Amino acid sequence: MTDKMTKKMICITCPIGCHLEVEQKEGESFSISGNKCPKGIVYATEEMLAPKRTVTATCATNSKEYPRIPVKSLEPFPKEHIKDLLEALYNLEIKLPVKRGEIILEGIPGVDIPIAVTMSLV
Amino acid sequence: MMKEYNFDTVVVGGGAAGMAAALEVDKAGFSTAIIEREERLGGILGQCIHNGFGLHEFNEELTGPEYAEKFTDMIMNSGVKVFLNSTLTEISGTEVFKELFCYSGKYGVFRINARTMVLAMGCRERNRGNIRIPGTRPAGIYTAGLAQRLINIEGYIPGKDVVILGSGDIGLIMARRMQWAGCKVHGVIEIQPYPSGITRNIVGCLNDFGIPLHLSHVITEIHGKGRIEKVSVTPLVEGKLDLSATFEIPCDTLLLSVGLVPENELSRTIGIKINPQTGGPVVDSAMMTREEGIFACGNVLHVHDLVDFVTEESRRTGIYVSNYLQNKGPARQIRIKAGANVRYVNPGKLNLDTENRLYLRTMVIKQKAEIEIRYNNELIKTVKKNNILPSEMIDLVLPPMEKVEAMDVESSVIEIKIT
Repeated sequence: MTDKMTKKMICITCPIGCHLEVEQKEGESFSISGNKCPKGIVYATEEMLAPKRTVTATCATNSKEYPRIPVKSLEPFPKEHIKDLLEALYNLEIKLPVKRGEIILEGIPGVDIPIAVTMSLV
Repeated sequence: MMKEYNFDTVVVGGGAAGMAAALEVDKAGFSTAIIEREERLGGILGQCIHNGFGLHEFNEELTGPEYAEKFTDMIMNSGVKVFLNSTLTEISGTEVFKELFCYSGKYGVFRINARTMVLAMGCRERNRGNIRIPGTRPAGIYTAGLAQRLINIEGYIPGKDVVILGSGDIGLIMARRMQWAGCKVHGVIEIQPYPSGITRNIVGCLNDFGIPLHLSHVITEIHGKGRIEKVSVTPLVEGKLDLSATFEIPCDTLLLSVGLVPENELSRTIGIKINPQTGGPVVDSAMMTREEGIFACGNVLHVHDLVDFVTEESRRTGIYVSNYLQNKGPARQIRIKAGANVRYVNPGKLNLDTENRLYLRTMVIKQKAEIEIRYNNELIKTVKKNNILPSEMIDLVLPPMEKVEAMDVESSVIEIKIT
């Protein structure tokens, strides 16, 4: 019995947006088609093995005037942990003042990617 | 006595466009002021907390607030005078001096006299009144940008079960934002047969969450008494509504992402000529409107999809303003005409003696397109572009055309078309 799985995706490395077809072979090897350049292979492989996204959100502050402050993950975050990250962020309260780039969370259990504020607020 | 201030240049609006233009005029040694309605600089960037800004300008991916703050810092370290919380209510004056009547809590009513003026007021969202959706008028209908402000700045979530009308980038970004804030987005409805946002956002904001995108569909009715309860959605078949295939999506919130319009109410009060294709002023090769000494740049001129392009255009406008202040305006200009498949070209004139950077919008989707530049119908240049879309602005750089004889200038035209 062949254990084949094909998945369709659009490469978003550049604006062309190639429609890729990814077929899973044994283990962690894939056959990828539809890509116009090698970047498509890299994109599809990462999408299959460890998809990541930069997370941007807001946190509560202790200020009435500016109740929310924007934050971002300093690197793309593993997709399967994004929900936990958001939960952690929504439970934080940031004390003002803060400066843009200040780290407010070192990561979550299992993922050491820091989260920083993206705006200075006094 | 009303307070009075005198400047060489006054910039209306302190967003990405206004800041970039003001910095250039200041750098050239002219006194410059920005009038800004909000309590901080940055304009709409402040509520665009997602990333993807600055790839051209700073060579890194920034969020909106970061992009805004980098420019705000530059303004604070420059000689530009900033009037925050200040509303401009009336413009009058002569060709030589513009008089701007403003008010703010800090300064009261005051007047700014300036030799030149830059319009940088940005754009606003189209709303329900602009698109005529039948049905009741319940609560729970927001423009996407308003919902973005409510969530990201004010800290309110406008609803839990969301439908988005229009697949523009703000709507797509809000789909992801609302999912990440714990809401459920039940679908995006788009009248066109193709998405109007960029592919990257379709993938990252819809496909990632399994949100259905209904292309060639329209909302035919809004239901609900106090609060919106559901919408009726009907497919378009060959341009006609197929009412028999109408279905309903229950929701408590409807976000509208149905386009942006340059904000030119003030411009109209002083008789500035508006291009119906862009909704922004008609400008010459130096970004000057038909009114002497009044320039325009950024989203008030035409709606951009990248802030980096706004910055580029506005910086250039700032340089043109400082040239004008030194009586170094363009000597020879010819008219640019938007030809076949081109919605518009900005600016509307070409300076024959310098390089020209043009922004244009296509009306067609093409994998391999050729942009033809014709001088009095004679083909002078062809530029190849891959994957052109109406939603992505095209930039074009044309070299100087010194060969053109002076006598030809008045009657000549440069036509740009896509084949």
